[in-house]
Amino acid sequence: MKKDWPLWEVFVRSKKGLEHRHFGSLHAPDAEMAIKNARDVYTRRKEGVSIWVVESKNIKASNPDDNAEMFDPADDKAYRHPTFYDLPDDVEHM
Amino acid sequence: MTTKNLAHYIYGIADNALILGQRLSELCGHGPTLETDIALTNMALDLLGQTRSYYQYIANLSTENLTEDDVAFLRKEREYRNVLLVEQPNTDFAYIIVRQYFFDVFHFMQLQLLQQSKDVNLTAIAHKSIKEVGYHKQFSGDWVKRLGDGTAESHEKVQQAVTDLWAFTEELFYLSGQDKLVIETGHGINPEQFKEKYYQTISQLLKESTLEVPEAKYFQKGGKDGIHSEHMGYILAEMQFMQRAYPDMKW
Repeated sequence: MKKDWPLWEVFVRSKKGLEHRHFGSLHAPDAEMAIKNARDVYTRRKEGVSIWVVESKNIKASNPDDNAEMFDPADDKAYRHPTFYDLPDDVEHM
Repeated sequence: MTTKNLAHYIYGIADNALILGQRLSELCGHGPTLETDIALTNMALDLLGQTRSYYQYIANLSTENLTEDDVAFLRKEREYRNVLLVEQPNTDFAYIIVRQYFFDVFHFMQLQLLQQSKDVNLTAIAHKSIKEVGYHKQFSGDWVKRLGDGTAESHEKVQQAVTDLWAFTEELFYLSGQDKLVIETGHGINPEQFKEKYYQTISQLLKESTLEVPEAKYFQKGGKDGIHSEHMGYILAEMQFMQRAYPDMKW
C-alpha cells in the first residue's frame, strides 16, 4: 500500500462565464476527496462556483531547457502582432 | 414558558457546538494531513460561529446584562448542558471521525426540525447553520466509510471507536423537565420525532462501511443535566483560562 497520497492540481471557476483558473495543489487519496479538500482549502470564502481537480502526474509540462525555442521568437517580425489597427472605442477587451 | 426555561433549552443545543468546537480546535496543527487538519479546523470554526449566535441570543434574553463571553467562558461545569459524546477525547483519528459522525447526523436532523420552531431567532440560526452541518455530515460520513472499508488496521480502529462511542448516542435525545416545557409551547422541538430515523441512518452507513452495529442496551447520560465526564474539567480549564486570568480581556 502506498503511504503518501498523490498530488492534485486544483482549478476553480470564480464566476459563471469565467474560465477555471489554477488555484494551487493539494494531497488526496482520490478525486472525490480532492474536491472536498479543495473546498476546505480554497473555496470556503465564496471564491468560486465550480472546482476541477486533476492528478498532477497527468499534466505534461514544457521543458525549461526548450524555453528559447518555445517562448522567445525573433523580435524583428513585427507583422506577427496585429498592432497596426485602430480599434473603435466601443470595443473594450481586445 | 419562562425566559429562564428558554435559555436552559438553548444551552442544551449551543453547548454541544461549543464543546465539540473546542475539542476540534485542539487538533489545529495536529491533523493527520495538512488538508484534513484544515477541514477539521474549519468545522471547529463553523461550530464556534453557530455557538456565538445562540449565546448572543441568550445574552439578549438575560436581565443581568450578560455578554456572549460571560455565557461562553464564565459558567461552572455543572451549568454546561452539552452531551457527554462531544467532550470525549481525541483518542485517535477514528474516534474523532466517529464522534463527529454520530453528532453530525443528529445535529443535522435537529436543525431541520428547529427551522419549524415558533421562535424566530432559533429558526434563523437553524436556517443559517444547516448548510455547514450538511457538509460536516458528508465529510465525517465519507471518512467513516473510507476507514471502515479501508485497511485491516483502519477497520479495526474505527470499529473500536464505534463500539466505544455508541454508548453516548442515546443521550442526544434526552430532555430535561424544563426542555419539555419549552417544547410544549412550540418554541423547542422534540428530537424523539427523528430518533428512529437517526438510528436507521447511522446503522445503514455503518453497514455500508462493513462495520458492525453495536447492540449495547446500556447508554451513558448526564451531560445534559450538568453531570459531566472526567474530561470536562480539563476542557473548561483550557477554554476559560484567559477570561478568568484576565477578566473582560479583549483581543
